[in-house]
Amino acid sequence: MAELPKHQEDLSLDTFVRGLWKENPVFVMLLGMCPTLAVSNSAINAISMGLATTFVLAGSGALISWLRNWIPKQVRIASYIVIIATFVTIVDYAIQAISLDLYAALGAFIQLIVVNCIILGRAEAYASQQRLVPTLVNSLGIGAGFTIALFALGSVREILGSGTLFGLHLFGAGFQPWVVMVLPPGGFFVLGAWLLLFNWIKQRGERRADAPTGVPANAR
Amino acid sequence: MTNDVQVEAPQAPPDATPTFAMLRTLGGISLISGLLVVLAYQFTLPIIAENQRVRTEQAVFRVVPGAVTKRDFVLTDAGLAPAGEGVQGELIYAAYDAADQLKGVAITGVGNGYAGPVTVLFNYDPACQCIVGSKILQMTETPGFGDKMETDPAFLENLKALDAKLNADGTALINPIVTVKNGSKTHPWQIDAISGATLSSNAMGKAANTAAQRAAPAIQRDLAKLTAANHTGQD
Repeated sequence: MAELPKHQEDLSLDTFVRGLWKENPVFVMLLGMCPTLAVSNSAINAISMGLATTFVLAGSGALISWLRNWIPKQVRIASYIVIIATFVTIVDYAIQAISLDLYAALGAFIQLIVVNCIILGRAEAYASQQRLVPTLVNSLGIGAGFTIALFALGSVREILGSGTLFGLHLFGAGFQPWVVMVLPPGGFFVLGAWLLLFNWIKQRGERRADAPTGVPANAR
Repeated sequence: MTNDVQVEAPQAPPDATPTFAMLRTLGGISLISGLLVVLAYQFTLPIIAENQRVRTEQAVFRVVPGAVTKRDFVLTDAGLAPAGEGVQGELIYAAYDAADQLKGVAITGVGNGYAGPVTVLFNYDPACQCIVGSKILQMTETPGFGDKMETDPAFLENLKALDAKLNADGTALINPIVTVKNGSKTHPWQIDAISGATLSSNAMGKAANTAAQRAAPAIQRDLAKLTAANHTGQD
């Protein structure tokens, strides 16, 4: 196919790291909110969902990048969805093989990874234009950013809502769990609090960058 | 309408993508997808089957204390049939102690709770014709309210000697198991609801009733098959 020459990104540390902070899918791009709010009621669920999504991101990204020159744009969405659905099915079986309890806890949200907009967004915006290795590294970065964000929500919700972390009791018998935190509204509260923190840090960083010259960059 | 006001330079029509290229791509991707999915399925199938077996066994041994072996039976119209011979139907699990004595029969029931179905495994004791234990297999009840069914000692007391006696014909329970308002239990076939979690408690009552109504008549009729199972069954 005759394609316009595209900007090919060189592999660098930023290819990976920007998924963690600058392009964090949850805290910056606000993508993938459905699993973020639904399965972040405990730390283990959050990490499992993050890892499952990372696997699908990396696997589908790699295959799409590898096949990018053979996929006509008229059939690209159909092609991407079939590829993504393939990796979701694999991860679905893998989780059942690892733990049925975990599979029951994650429920329908494993299958819903197919329509997670982080993955289709990455396929369209990155994997379909970049070489295999940068795509793989970028996907792993975005996946790690998603996993960290889910863990940030999941750990806070589990500690406040159940008084545990990874199932281990943190407080004495006198602790009264803040049950609303493990219910859907708790997901919104904790996400809102994290977004507030992230934006505050970002704005503080921007104000420092704009500070007049002559003032040391690390001055408080 | 005419196009005489058009000021933009006419654009060259885009290159037509050959039909073959589109078919080739979608066909090829579907082939790769099929291979990967079948490979993953075949590889994980025995592991998942083993996980399910272990999970069921653990649940049965937990609900029937003292049990060390179990035999699976299927509820059919003709009575109980040993599982695994192509018979379709609901499974019940006869559990035996180390001396091959029948300790109890684990039966499954489902009731609709506040947030969805509640699936419960009950320990049915054929000798006393009653339910003597329970374990919730799956539920989505509200944490802090509905999930008290698993932890509330007063509620669990209901399920330690829940009457499930059959009528004279042996076809149904004399008194259906029901959940009653908190604090108003007067008969051994009633379950005292948890205050604040009435709908979840009702689900437990419905689950116990459906499980016992379906399984108890067959168990009592074919009790000989269950007690003889370990001596004649496959090992």
